[in-house]
Amino acid sequence: MKVWVNNKEVETAAVSLASLVEDLSLPAQGIAVAVENRMVPRTQWADYALSEGMRVVVVKAACGG
Amino acid sequence: MLEADGLHTAACSGGRYARQELLPEIGRAGQAKLRRAKVMIVGAGGLGSPVALYLAGAGVGTLTLVDEDVVSLSNLHRQILYAESEVGTSKVEAAAVRLRSLNVETDVRTHACRLTRENAESLIEGHDVVVDACDNYATRYVLSDVCAALGIPYIYGAIEGFCGQVAVLCCPPCRRTYRDLFPDEDALRGMTPFKGVVGMTAAVVGGVQAHEVMKLLCGYGDVLAGRLWTIDLRTMESYVLDI
Repeated sequence: MKVWVNNKEVETAAVSLASLVEDLSLPAQGIAVAVENRMVPRTQWADYALSEGMRVVVVKAACGG
Repeated sequence: MLEADGLHTAACSGGRYARQELLPEIGRAGQAKLRRAKVMIVGAGGLGSPVALYLAGAGVGTLTLVDEDVVSLSNLHRQILYAESEVGTSKVEAAAVRLRSLNVETDVRTHACRLTRENAESLIEGHDVVVDACDNYATRYVLSDVCAALGIPYIYGAIEGFCGQVAVLCCPPCRRTYRDLFPDEDALRGMTPFKGVVGMTAAVVGGVQAHEVMKLLCGYGDVLAGRLWTIDLRTMESYVLDI
């Protein structure tokens, strides 16, 4: 299915947020993930089902100041 | 009529805050709140520079700066508080000189030390807002924990490269913390930070942090409480996400 990740269309076989993160080769830690502009706690990623056209935003932790 | 008179006075007084007092969101009442406010800025570097300069310019009554570092040449492309002649000197001392020369009405207090879990509470207590302008994950977890315990709003900000993020955390009634955003403290503290950054990222993100302080203190607009704002200056892609 197609989902949007940081405003780019992505074709994925992933069915959950956890498998999407894996599919995109994102680091397991040091990122936060939002769906439809709402953060999804990491503990819910495995059970969070993807759906067609879903808008996902991945935010990398940053530490500069 | 009263409001119109107030606007007229602000415009004609020639006072140093006239241009912001003209804004109904601020006005004289907001200016008085700024004058009474005590704001702590943790880190006097890339983010701390614009935050401190704009808040001193805006007439915040007390600014407390915490930083143990000295000015180095590689700071100067982004840390606009400092000059070449100050390389090798204490950042908070150099910053205090600059800020006092900008606004004699702002009481600038300095702590030339690192904020730690041991000293954080005594340093932070008594402030109305804490601005995170530090450069490491460990301090962010301490700031978040202590601000949450004390019930003091914590203006989170962080930058890397061309990207930045800001959130208003520990801000009653919304009690979202840095741990809600990034729960993996051990993993983050173990990561080697990438130090590349342009000065403009610090300018944009520090400017947003300083303005969130203005909104909180004066009580206008929609504060980023429990929300994360992100910006990528390469594409201008930006998000506001509920934490």
